Amino acid sequence: MSRYIPNTQEDMEQMLSEIGLSSVDQLFTDIPEGMKLSRALDLPGSLSEMELSGLMRGLAKKNAHCGEYACFLGAGAYDHFVPAMVKQVLSKPEFYTSYTPYQPEISQGMLQAIFEYQTMICQLTGMDVSNASMYDGATAVTEAALIAVRSTGKSRLLVSQGLHPEYREVLKTYGKYNDLVIEEIPLRDGITAVSELDVMSGVKGSDGANAANTTLGDENAGKATTGKSDIAAVIVQSPNFLGAVEDLKWFGEFAASKGALSIACVDPISIALLEPPGACGIDIAAGEGQGLGNALNYGGPYLGFLAAKKAFVRKMPGRIVGQTTDNEDKRGFVLTLQAREQHIRREKAVSNICSNQALNALAAAVYMSVMGKEGIKEAANLCLQKAHYAAEKLFATGKFAKLSEAAFIKEFAVRALHEPIQAINERLLRHGIIGGLDLEKYYPKMKDCWLLAVTEKRTKQEIDDMVRIAAGGES
Amino acid sequence: MADKINERQVNSIDNGRAELEDRRQIEQNNREQAMLIFEMSRDGRRAYSLPACDVPVKEGLIPDAFARRRDADLPQVSEVDVARHYTRLAGRNHGVDSSFYPLGSCTMKYNPKINEEIASLDGFTGVHPYQNEESAQGSLQVLYEMDRMLSEITGMKRVTLQPAAGAHGELTGLMIIGAYHRSRGDAARTKIVVPDSAHGTNPASAAFAGFEVVEVKSNPSGGVDIEDLKLAVGQDTAGLMLTNPNTLGLFDENIEEIARIVHDAGGLLYYDGANANAIMGICRPGDMGFDVVHLNLHKTFSTPHGGGGPGSGPVGVKEELVPFLPVPVVECENDRYWLDYDRPQTIGRVRSFYGNFGVVLKAYAYIRTMGPDGLKNVSELAVLNANYMMKRLEDSFDIPYKRICMHEFILSNKKQEHNGVRTLDIAKRLLDFGYHPPTVYFPLIVHEAMMIEPTETESKETLDSFVDALISIAREAENEPDRVRKAPYTTVVSRLDEVKAARNPVLKWGD
Amino acid sequence: MKTYQGIKYTREHEWARVEDGLVYVGISDFAQNALGDIVFVELPNPGKSLKAGEQASVVESVKAASDIYSPVSGTIVKVNEALEDTPELLNAEPYENWIVALEPENLSEMDALMDEQQYGDFCAKEA
Repeated sequence: MSRYIPNTQEDMEQMLSEIGLSSVDQLFTDIPEGMKLSRALDLPGSLSEMELSGLMRGLAKKNAHCGEYACFLGAGAYDHFVPAMVKQVLSKPEFYTSYTPYQPEISQGMLQAIFEYQTMICQLTGMDVSNASMYDGATAVTEAALIAVRSTGKSRLLVSQGLHPEYREVLKTYGKYNDLVIEEIPLRDGITAVSELDVMSGVKGSDGANAANTTLGDENAGKATTGKSDIAAVIVQSPNFLGAVEDLKWFGEFAASKGALSIACVDPISIALLEPPGACGIDIAAGEGQGLGNALNYGGPYLGFLAAKKAFVRKMPGRIVGQTTDNEDKRGFVLTLQAREQHIRREKAVSNICSNQALNALAAAVYMSVMGKEGIKEAANLCLQKAHYAAEKLFATGKFAKLSEAAFIKEFAVRALHEPIQAINERLLRHGIIGGLDLEKYYPKMKDCWLLAVTEKRTKQEIDDMVRIAAGGES
Repeated sequence: MADKINERQVNSIDNGRAELEDRRQIEQNNREQAMLIFEMSRDGRRAYSLPACDVPVKEGLIPDAFARRRDADLPQVSEVDVARHYTRLAGRNHGVDSSFYPLGSCTMKYNPKINEEIASLDGFTGVHPYQNEESAQGSLQVLYEMDRMLSEITGMKRVTLQPAAGAHGELTGLMIIGAYHRSRGDAARTKIVVPDSAHGTNPASAAFAGFEVVEVKSNPSGGVDIEDLKLAVGQDTAGLMLTNPNTLGLFDENIEEIARIVHDAGGLLYYDGANANAIMGICRPGDMGFDVVHLNLHKTFSTPHGGGGPGSGPVGVKEELVPFLPVPVVECENDRYWLDYDRPQTIGRVRSFYGNFGVVLKAYAYIRTMGPDGLKNVSELAVLNANYMMKRLEDSFDIPYKRICMHEFILSNKKQEHNGVRTLDIAKRLLDFGYHPPTVYFPLIVHEAMMIEPTETESKETLDSFVDALISIAREAENEPDRVRKAPYTTVVSRLDEVKAARNPVLKWGD
Repeated sequence: MKTYQGIKYTREHEWARVEDGLVYVGISDFAQNALGDIVFVELPNPGKSLKAGEQASVVESVKAASDIYSPVSGTIVKVNEALEDTPELLNAEPYENWIVALEPENLSEMDALMDEQQYGDFCAKEA
């Protein structure tokens, strides 16, 4: 029997006889005979620990990875420094082998860690309340949009094209099934074209599906806002997908003037240097928390953070941890405001989510505890300095042109004048460097445009090498 | 046998009491209120170190209008503070590695250590999702082979690994069902039928995918009420969501007829794989007539629950639904793996990138470890363990559905109720014996339900000790009901005031 | 238990009474008892029009959420804002504390509701 199944043949016989059966097959008589599988599953045979380890190491070797390559790829997933403490804490079985903390008396550790995580996310974003985390940045932004739809009773969303293209795709997928009308605000010179917004924010009463859902007369349907338009929310990312810093304060004021909510998708590292959404009048902040102590992991598991003004707390999806006291008046923590959730409200729940990315949120909390008030600023500043150094060096080669005058923190886009991006990236890879993103895939008009991320992990040497090889020189 | 149990009971009570005294001593230290990390913060303390900036430093790179004016007030603590803080918190948490965790419908099986080690290899953790396909062939191969293996286990054509959790998988599967009907010009199919015994996520996911929910009743033996189902389905039926074995731990023996009724009405069948641990290698949702299935890698395939996540909720579909899967789909040609985005009928994306790869990886390692025979043994032992426990508890507790169960079973407090002992009290008393309690108050159709799922990774000795503890609690409920009602006594906090937490929410430090 | 002239009950355990032409709506003692400690009352915006049987509010306890349906058709003219901070008033004095007040479209809809005697019998059967 497998090493993960402790009962022996003798145990099984004893147990069967206690039940009054003579074979294991008799346990499955409820399953109609014709439905049973009459053969073994067609799967590879079982492996010992050593064989498995060898197989998996072999697969891992087929990947290029950031431990050996200098990574200049970002676009929503970043090669930030992860302190050793994170792995140590995450390896504690009391955390990683536990379930959702439904029994608070024996789950105080995770509950308190998540309460601290919620606090740190609020400190970082300047918002009033945070939930215990969502699946990823894309679903966090989507759920933020749905909070706005529920709160305003409207269904039209104005979304900047500076929002991560995959987040927009997820929003559209969810939108199709929730009768949302999603319109994109174009980019101009690398940032959201705010001049388009005044035109777009007009009422689209005659616009097919839209008109059926929302009209100006619906003003009272919502609680949180008094409607002056049919817009539920304006969604903007800062720094946006191209790395440029957007004017969140302007978006906050604009949305408010239209009776819509403002949603900002922000980067948790850059925000250490940028005025946070809470100080810009933004209603809901969301984003990808991977950069906070989580490895790249080929795209997951990550965590989405979601924080909002207090008024929206009972409209928030997902787990939320609250502080309370026990019988002896001792401080303790519980999952709270559960009446929002699926196990109580069933089809009327604010979301169907019934988990959080607890262990990833724990990683984020440990990361923020280690970095602290000063460390996170210092890391962000290293990104800022190195990214600007890399940009200058690239322009100095004469092979790359600027795309935007907008301010940036750790990521920026350039246009290659000498070669297709694919050729540059392939050459870099041969030299142990993972190059930037070819933007044409996501923005068809951005031919030969390249998105580069420079984190605190990149050294001057790596940047110099990247610039030289990208410009055409070999090492 | 009765004598044996009595002897065990007496021993367990004595052992239990002695153990309680010991535990009280040990946990005295733990009882001190754990400090919040913010309460340890001192200006000037630090736990981080970063290299000096090796490029020329420039000022004024961020325009004043955008620069942060007030720092994020994150804690300032030393590295040893952080280490001790989280070690203290870990000591206040209970996992599968701490002890038996028979949480019904959650499949809290042992989480193999080699899988953790594999998932932490640099060659997997350090791969960026946008690296070109050539430089990520190892990861793509894992995703592709996982699709093939899960397809075989469930009897489906293809499996997407993008959904990040079971509920996310449900949503994805239901969107696929919606897209399928619409592609056939059958937009009038707006209703999803869900049994009243279903998990709350089923109706929530259906509503979230834009469907109306129609509930069908359960029959006296716990299965779907066939007559009620016939009334519920019609030309507006998009599909039926079913967990089989259901949430009562029973296999619905009418599954063939259920499938026929739904398919005849033009609906599709959705399989909630919450309970797949009972059927691996024994029967397959695809062969039962299901068109869409989601699995929970964090239940059936041994990946740790992580205190609430990350999980992974792959979705498998039959051939006619393959075009609607989320993009991208991993394909393989001549041993080269690639991501296919060119799928015009796709529902779109449900998450960024390709799902919780790190979780998929652990489940992949698990399936390769178990092999086909091992997986079948898993289900056999999961079911045997549950039936054995149920048998041993039948004299002390009410068992609402007394028949051979699958991998889990339900008790109620009917025999304890007259002493004012509720299911919650029994659960809390179990904490004093060092166990995580079973799932309580679910499914909703059983009054004061307690749902026990032992899993296959527990030995007979463990099952016996737990049963002994429950039996001694049943006896205590007779003789000293107050003692049960006020439990627990040995945990770091006693029962917490949830009403206070919900009325005046304190959701962050300083609120 | 305090009674009002013309107090009526629904099968969903709401009560309704008429005062100065308005219909005041709350939850019955049976309902508050079944819900347990009430932690939050979601109040609608005044001005909202409802048909009889449509959702007017939601009352939440720790482990349950209960929709409150309007017993009659009409327009909500006021909500009991005291419940925002002290939802427990519904536990303490369910008949003293109304949730919403409606301007009814047709007062005769009240006739279809149960009187105290009928409601008592109804609850006895439910329990």
